[in-house]
Amino acid sequence: MDDLYRELIIDRYKNPQFRGELEPADISYHDDNPLCGDKIRIDLRVDENDIVTEAVFSGHGCSISLASADLVVESILGKTLDEVKEMDKEMVLELLGIELGPVRLKCALLSLKVLKAGVYGLGEGESSDDLVA
Amino acid sequence: MKAVTTHSNVLDPEKIRKDFPIFSKEIHPGVPLIYLDSAATSQKPLAVIEAMDAYYRHSNANIHRGIHALAEESTANYEASRQRIADFIGAAKSHEIIFTRNTTESINLVAHSWGRANLKSGDLIILTEMEHHSNLVPWQILTSEIDLRLEFIPVNAEGLLDLDEYKKLLTQNPRLVSFTFMSNVVGTINPAKEIIHLAHEAGALTLVDAAQAVPHFAVNVVDLDADFFAFSSHKMCGPTGLGVLFGKEALLDAMPPFLGGGDMIKRVKLRSFTTNDLPYKFEAGTPAIAEVIGLGAAVEYLDDIGMDTIAAHTKELTAYALERLEEVPGVWLFGPSIEHKAGVAAFTFEGVHPHDVSQILDRDGLAVRAGHHCAMPLHEKFDLPATTRASFYLYNEKQDVDRLIEGLYKVKEIFG
Ligand SMILES: Cc1ncc(COP(=O)(O)O)c(C=O)c1O
Repeated sequence: MDDLYRELIIDRYKNPQFRGELEPADISYHDDNPLCGDKIRIDLRVDENDIVTEAVFSGHGCSISLASADLVVESILGKTLDEVKEMDKEMVLELLGIELGPVRLKCALLSLKVLKAGVYGLGEGESSDDLVA
Repeated sequence: MKAVTTHSNVLDPEKIRKDFPIFSKEIHPGVPLIYLDSAATSQKPLAVIEAMDAYYRHSNANIHRGIHALAEESTANYEASRQRIADFIGAAKSHEIIFTRNTTESINLVAHSWGRANLKSGDLIILTEMEHHSNLVPWQILTSEIDLRLEFIPVNAEGLLDLDEYKKLLTQNPRLVSFTFMSNVVGTINPAKEIIHLAHEAGALTLVDAAQAVPHFAVNVVDLDADFFAFSSHKMCGPTGLGVLFGKEALLDAMPPFLGGGDMIKRVKLRSFTTNDLPYKFEAGTPAIAEVIGLGAAVEYLDDIGMDTIAAHTKELTAYALERLEEVPGVWLFGPSIEHKAGVAAFTFEGVHPHDVSQILDRDGLAVRAGHHCAMPLHEKFDLPATTRASFYLYNEKQDVDRLIEGLYKVKEIFG
């Protein structure tokens, strides 16, 4: 259980490296987790080859959801959108380096959900649960 | 009606705890359980567990259907529980007690049956901003069918209902005022008797969501003059899967049935039926017999200790908790001061999300609730995505509060 509060998570929660908003952005998407009120927005810029050149997140939430957003956003810099589409749950858990119960798993995966919904071009409120299955 | 005495007996939580088998459990190896989530559901005393166990071992049979000895025994136990529960809330007649699955179903029963039969497009229903989702969504569903007007008594910054605004709403010819007796988020005890009296003067009926009230203090539906009164077994030491709806006899008599099937009929033909008498008219199908017997045992258990004693205990404990919480830097208390509430302390912790608070507390065996506690509109009104809630009941003691405070200092250490 102490694992949950690895230094990395607390550190990224308190001192996020990729917090911000891009105006304009090539891709911008936001979503929330109504169960706990966590809300995350992710903005991306891509070059002509669909490679992510800039990525930031904003919003509010618990340490797990915000640290995971910071790490996820960092991990996609230099990736192509097709590579981003391939990202899954395991990759996020690897970034966080912890095991999570079902409730906190939802916190951890919110940023990936937002990211993939944005990259796939989903409309607002469209169900994106399948994207992180 | 039970007199409210100021010199109630003092309760010994140490002794009470021995009645609850769950407290012998270690929640993590070497870590005992400190249960501060009774507003979600209470723990169950051995008396309740044993009553249900004995029912299944010795008197299990379907009720109202058999001529055999076992069926008669089971029916007698079931109806004795109904009487005990009626007495517990001061209902004059036991057939004014309808068994449902929970508070939620009780409210839905009123919305479907009374609402559909009595409301028409444009009718006004008054609710409050501090309702649990279970007293919002049934009316929203009904509104999508009948086009009702829903208005809400505002909650002020202190976490109290604004009764002046209520009086203004009452001039608009409401049909029903449906409100919570005690808030599950901020713990506010609303002046139910006054709210009901004013509603009646304005010609409206009343529904009291008493899910948090009945577990916490002595209630009397006749003294309150409540028309409908809903609560859940599982929050008052009883089993899950059982709720109660009290309704005044004349109202229930005039209402159409809710669910159709066995038990709720007197006579059935291929194309028609005649409804049964109260309370069976609203109890279609085989009910939760063991649970009803379990709730009967719970009510007996609470009565033996005394609701005034329990109320005094939780109030003292909540007062102590509020006092201690206030000492913790970064803690912001949500809701009214102790005079207006019981049993619940909701708070935020600067810079730390309630999920994180709850998870860190859990390491020390502390069970608190984090989230919106099924009251999203109330949280939205105060611009809070979520809160942490500690709730107290008869088995909690001051040391539990002390452990909570120690836990919060650990949270501060990790996130500070
Ligand atoms: C004030 C209030 N009303 C209604 C309910 C709903 O109770 P149940 O889930 O048992 O139907 C609850 C329980 O969470 C409550 O606290």
